[in-house]
Amino acid sequence: MNELSLHILDIVQNSIRANASLVQIIVNEQKASNIYTVTIIDNGHGMNAQTLSNVSDPFYTSRKTRKVGMGVSLYKMACELTEGSFTIESEENVGTKVIAAFTNDHIDRAPLGEIEETLCILVLNDKDIDVLYKHTIDTSEYVFDTREVKQVLEGIPLNNYEVIMWIKNNIKDGINTLEEERK
Amino acid sequence: MKSLDDLKKIREAAQQKVSMRGKNDGTRILVGMATCGISAGARPVMNKFVEEIAKRELNTVTVTPVGCIGECAIEPIVEVLQGDDRTTYCKVDEKAVERIITEHIIGGKPVTDYVIGKYRL
Ligand SMILES: Nc1ncnc2c1ncn2[C@@H]1O[C@H](COP(=O)(O)OP(=O)(O)OP(=O)(O)O)[C@@H](O)[C@H]1O
Ligand SMILES: [Mg+2]
Repeated sequence: MNELSLHILDIVQNSIRANASLVQIIVNEQKASNIYTVTIIDNGHGMNAQTLSNVSDPFYTSRKTRKVGMGVSLYKMACELTEGSFTIESEENVGTKVIAAFTNDHIDRAPLGEIEETLCILVLNDKDIDVLYKHTIDTSEYVFDTREVKQVLEGIPLNNYEVIMWIKNNIKDGINTLEEERK
Repeated sequence: MKSLDDLKKIREAAQQKVSMRGKNDGTRILVGMATCGISAGARPVMNKFVEEIAKRELNTVTVTPVGCIGECAIEPIVEVLQGDDRTTYCKVDEKAVERIITEHIIGGKPVTDYVIGKYRL
């Protein structure tokens, strides 16, 4: 996985499996401190201390279909390659928070990539989970929130394809605007 | 979020025609979206389905990400469900998506080059 947005897609699958109803994805790029942080917060069933201590071990998984769980270990590796720091906090029946702080200008820091594709796929999840995406570059901010979209839609489903294309373009434009403001 | 006005227009247009559709009408496409699937290219595959469905206005076709189907070596895996029929495709790429849309979803004939079996593994 050579894009942070692919890792994000993967890590959020854990949140979905944990029956979260809200997933928050917060990307914060700070040039001054040279830190690029991706924080993923869910309100799913969380992990007990035992699971939490095993979660970064590739040979640990709660899956029944196979014996290894790779998602978290791969993400942690991508973070640590940049001399960054990787933390998971979790509480049973409360939720889980995965914080990856990358060294922003490190040569191994993967680009964010097509985050709008990742978010569209998350929006199309089967369980109607709400997604909040907040992206900050220095002091400018872009926010996307399915709860706000649903309010406008008055019951028209998010998987209506015109809606999905609107969402995709909105996110793309929003982030492009942030990047232009940085220049 | 900008251009919420455009979203309102989309809603208004959709409200005119929504009543005819039930949740399980038509075709369901499931794309395996676990770590192995994502590493093998499931995201561009799913994205291609979304774009083709939007472009061709296939209103009764839905595409949904699902968890691990259990066969990492032949990901990306895509399942097409139509009534009681289930077709499982493996090693799907964007070219395969185009064929699945035109030959199977629209044309009614599964693309045997990518099929691994008519029933669940
Ligand atoms: N957000 C979360 N909430 C609850 N449990 C989690 C969460 N994230 C990870 N876990 C637990 O940690 C385990 C390991 O996660 P990891 O993503 O590394 O592998 P996996 O999801 O089991 O398999 P893979 O990611 O390879 O498809 C999971 O099986 C699950 O038990
Ligand atoms: Mg996982």
